[in-house]
Amino acid sequence: MSQELYTNLAIFVLSLLVGFEVISKIPSTLHTPMMSGANAIHGVVVVGSILIALEAKGPLFDVIAFIAVVLGAINVAGGYVVTDRMLTMFSKPKRANTDAEKDGDAK
Amino acid sequence: MMSPLTTIVSLSYLVSAACYVIGLHMMRTPKTARNGNRLSAVGMLLAVIMTFIVVLVKHETSMTGWIIMLVGLVIGVAYGAVKARTVQMTDMPQLVSLFNAVGGGAAAAIGIYDYLTQPTGSHLALAFSLPVILDLLIGCVTFSGSLIATGKLSGKISGKPITFPGAKLLNGIVIIVMLASIVLTVGFPTAPWILIMTIVAGLVFGLLMAMPIGGADMPVVVSLLNAFTGLAVAMAGFVIDNQVLIIAGALVGAAGTILTLQMAAAMNRSVANILAGGFGTGDFGATAAD
Repeated sequence: MSQELYTNLAIFVLSLLVGFEVISKIPSTLHTPMMSGANAIHGVVVVGSILIALEAKGPLFDVIAFIAVVLGAINVAGGYVVTDRMLTMFSKPKRANTDAEKDGDAK
Repeated sequence: MMSPLTTIVSLSYLVSAACYVIGLHMMRTPKTARNGNRLSAVGMLLAVIMTFIVVLVKHETSMTGWIIMLVGLVIGVAYGAVKARTVQMTDMPQLVSLFNAVGGGAAAAIGIYDYLTQPTGSHLALAFSLPVILDLLIGCVTFSGSLIATGKLSGKISGKPITFPGAKLLNGIVIIVMLASIVLTVGFPTAPWILIMTIVAGLVFGLLMAMPIGGADMPVVVSLLNAFTGLAVAMAGFVIDNQVLIIAGALVGAAGTILTLQMAAAMNRSVANILAGGFGTGDFGATAAD
């Protein structure tokens, strides 16, 4: 086993363990935003797409790399923007939505 | 010793990775969730910028390479951002599922690219063959599975569980083909037909996995496929030897699994029960309650 492989394997295993621990019990209202936020993070695949696009040689490889870049870019850009929009509803005072009287006072 | 450039880039990737972890952690509570997502986005921007710098300094990239990358980025970012900005709040779950599908597709494309760069008939080292086959299979499964989920959530495909006679048999055959493709990739010389077989098997398995799921259960399956994509991205990281892909992918793979379990628990269901889909009785109950 090479040193590089060992390092990558160690990083992989420890990142998995961090992933298991980093979100403990979360309220169910945050389930969808959390899923969307995690979805945006795996948009990091665009970094890999960029790297293969820049070394591509030959039409077939160009096409595959182009597809990889477009798909990765959609994932990363769309993922973060849609998560941010989802979370705008948490940045407003929550009571205003449920209590009509207080809603009136707030305005 | 690492060169100064490699040092700076590696340290920046480490900062990016820390941003993802802290950002995800901050998303546990409503108060800090939005800033958590933004921190994660800053980490992502840093990773992309550093990748650009590596390419600018190190590689002698062809004009075609730059055009492919820049045009691809512009198209992808524009489409993703516009879709995300204009989507109705109620349509967001299917958009997330679509973004998950393309992420899986990108990971699979990297796998296809790297498989094809190996000379035909060459024996692959285990350190390459195992991650590349897992990247291909998982990436293809999440690509087709998430697209079906998107269709079901948006109503383009019937939200009812779709089953047909012999579905279980076909499922069994596809699983055997997938296992065979792993054995062929790891133990035998490379050949284009192995690659094609792997891609087809992965895509069909994704279809068969998502089709029998009822609309009410779909969010749980989208979350599971999201975790799968994370793992596919981590495998792509092994294939191209890039640590930021491995860290972010593994993080999402694990956190996504925990999230899937919690989502299923919130519905008083088990993930296995949901995946059994149209065969289980619970699904009809859930649909009726909806």
